[in-house]
Amino acid sequence: MNNPLVQLSGVKKSFGPVDVLKGIDLKVYPGKVTALVGDNGAGKSTLIKGLSGVQPYDEGVVLFEGQEVHLHTARQSSALGIEVVYQDLALCENLDIVQNMFLGREETSQLTLDESSMEYQAAKALQSLSVKTVKSVRQKVSSLSGGQRQTVAIARSVLRDAKLVILDEPTAALGVAQTEQVLNLVRRLADSGVAVLMISHNLVDVFQVADDIAVLYLGTMVAQLKTEETNHNDVIGYITGLKKL
Amino acid sequence: MSDVVPIKTGHEGSTADQFKAYFSRLRAGEMGAVPAVGAMLLLVILFSSLSPYFLTTLNIANLFVQTATILTMTVALVFVILIGEIDLSAGVTAGTGMAIFVKMNQVLPQYWIWNLAFAFLVGLAVGWFIGFFVAKIGVPSFVISLALYLALPGVMLIILGEGGVLRVEVPEIKAIMNQNLPGWAGWAMLAVCLVITTAMGLWDRGRRIKAQLPVRPLTLLWIKVAASGILGAAAIVLLNTNRSQNAFMPIAGVPLVIPMVLFILFACTFLLDRTRFGRHLFAVGGNPEAARRAGIKVARIRMMAFIICSTLAMMSGVFNISRIGNVESSAGRAIVLQGVAAAVVGGVSLFGGRGRVAHAALGAFVIAMIDNGLGLLGIPAGVNFIVTGGVLAVAATVDALARRRSGASLNRT
Repeated sequence: MNNPLVQLSGVKKSFGPVDVLKGIDLKVYPGKVTALVGDNGAGKSTLIKGLSGVQPYDEGVVLFEGQEVHLHTARQSSALGIEVVYQDLALCENLDIVQNMFLGREETSQLTLDESSMEYQAAKALQSLSVKTVKSVRQKVSSLSGGQRQTVAIARSVLRDAKLVILDEPTAALGVAQTEQVLNLVRRLADSGVAVLMISHNLVDVFQVADDIAVLYLGTMVAQLKTEETNHNDVIGYITGLKKL
Repeated sequence: MSDVVPIKTGHEGSTADQFKAYFSRLRAGEMGAVPAVGAMLLLVILFSSLSPYFLTTLNIANLFVQTATILTMTVALVFVILIGEIDLSAGVTAGTGMAIFVKMNQVLPQYWIWNLAFAFLVGLAVGWFIGFFVAKIGVPSFVISLALYLALPGVMLIILGEGGVLRVEVPEIKAIMNQNLPGWAGWAMLAVCLVITTAMGLWDRGRRIKAQLPVRPLTLLWIKVAASGILGAAAIVLLNTNRSQNAFMPIAGVPLVIPMVLFILFACTFLLDRTRFGRHLFAVGGNPEAARRAGIKVARIRMMAFIICSTLAMMSGVFNISRIGNVESSAGRAIVLQGVAAAVVGGVSLFGGRGRVAHAALGAFVIAMIDNGLGLLGIPAGVNFIVTGGVLAVAATVDALARRRSGASLNRT
């Protein structure tokens, strides 16, 4: 339990002359929510793009379950069980919840889509996250609220047996009640044993749901703290570069 | 694994609940087949009150046959419209294929079936060509298909010669639109359709029961089968009565083209609703970026859509030459726009991702009825074009408004 699922050490990435990541160390634990915070341009997006395989790191070691892995394509990451839930959601509004949850990996039997099996598993995945706000799994995504869409996107990663779920600002566009729903969902996701890495700008959300807080400042990891051992002001200090360990 | 799933699936409740759910979907803007059926009823009332010939058995049979060509073109176009693209050249592609077909028949009449197969290969190649430019190079489909719309009539002109018209000499091809099934075969066709509908309904139900999912009441399936049975039986009784105006040459029976069209409808519906390819086509039409991130090969799906469209359009070309008996260099120019109009009237969204083959088929009936009815009334062809254009404009407006409405309902949260 105390072994990190993912361990980054000395990860570097630069775009031409600009060093975006200057040797990052990060540990993400199973069953825990690790918040990744930092101001705009700190390198948060670049860090997760490397993990998702979209934009490989230039240097550094990535250990996944203790084994060194090389993430060069999204497919490789996906095969390891790394799923990214993007801010702009990546759902098809014209399809229903089940169809979206199985998009790209539809199950078939006798060469035709096995709708009943997919419907059952989708409902079970939502149920395992105690989702109660969704009326029907056959609702079109276009009829869902922002929070419900976020829920579907997160449940999709559960369905894919993800070991690490990376959430890119999951509450950015949501109202108060929906933010609460999604944060609860994130908590339950971690409690089910999944490692969660959550990018967020909202420190209230971070303190509510995260176990660990990792702070990036201009491409360096200035601190990785336990939530209970720190406070708002300290974290703001690290984010703005006024405070150093 | 026997825990009851508390999240609803839309299959719960009595027959009455299901009807209620249907009407609430209608109110929410998912109108489905309603506009097309409404327009059909309106046109039937209008034309039958204006022309005593409209509802004669002869004209009804004619209407079915006329619809077949437009309908096949519409179904072909549905594949590209669903991914948010357009193929303006589908009609002239069919015309070119048929010109090649009849030209080759002049040289090798005994191999007409191979010549026909070659024409379909031409359709496939044109579809591949458009798909390549759209999916791999990024040329807008409107532009590349417009280029072909301008170029292919030239190809036809070269094949057929200046002002050339070639007659279709193959009796098998001419039979499609002009020969009829014997009376019993019409009834057998209906029986096969009903058996397939019932079997597929029961099969889906069985799968759901096996997965311990809630199922809709069986009554709904029986209502569906009974309704199709009654409508189908009415059509077959009409078509099986003698509709000839010449007492010495009786004409009766279901035209041969009808089972062919039914098969096309069945196959395309099956492909779109029950296969991974169909699902991916809808996904690409709804949100290509989401489809790409889900691991769908978007470019391949796009190419396939254009290939299916052009190949199926060739079938519409076959029906067309069977009916008019010849190929001329302007073949297929008008029908593609009728096909687009029919698809949109049938609720297929020009923005992509929304629409059903069966509804598009109803749209094709509407467009064919306008053609047929105005023709019976002796109204000049110019008016016909204006009316068809007007219907397309109205349908596209309804499509845009429906989209805005569903967009507005998103922001309600």
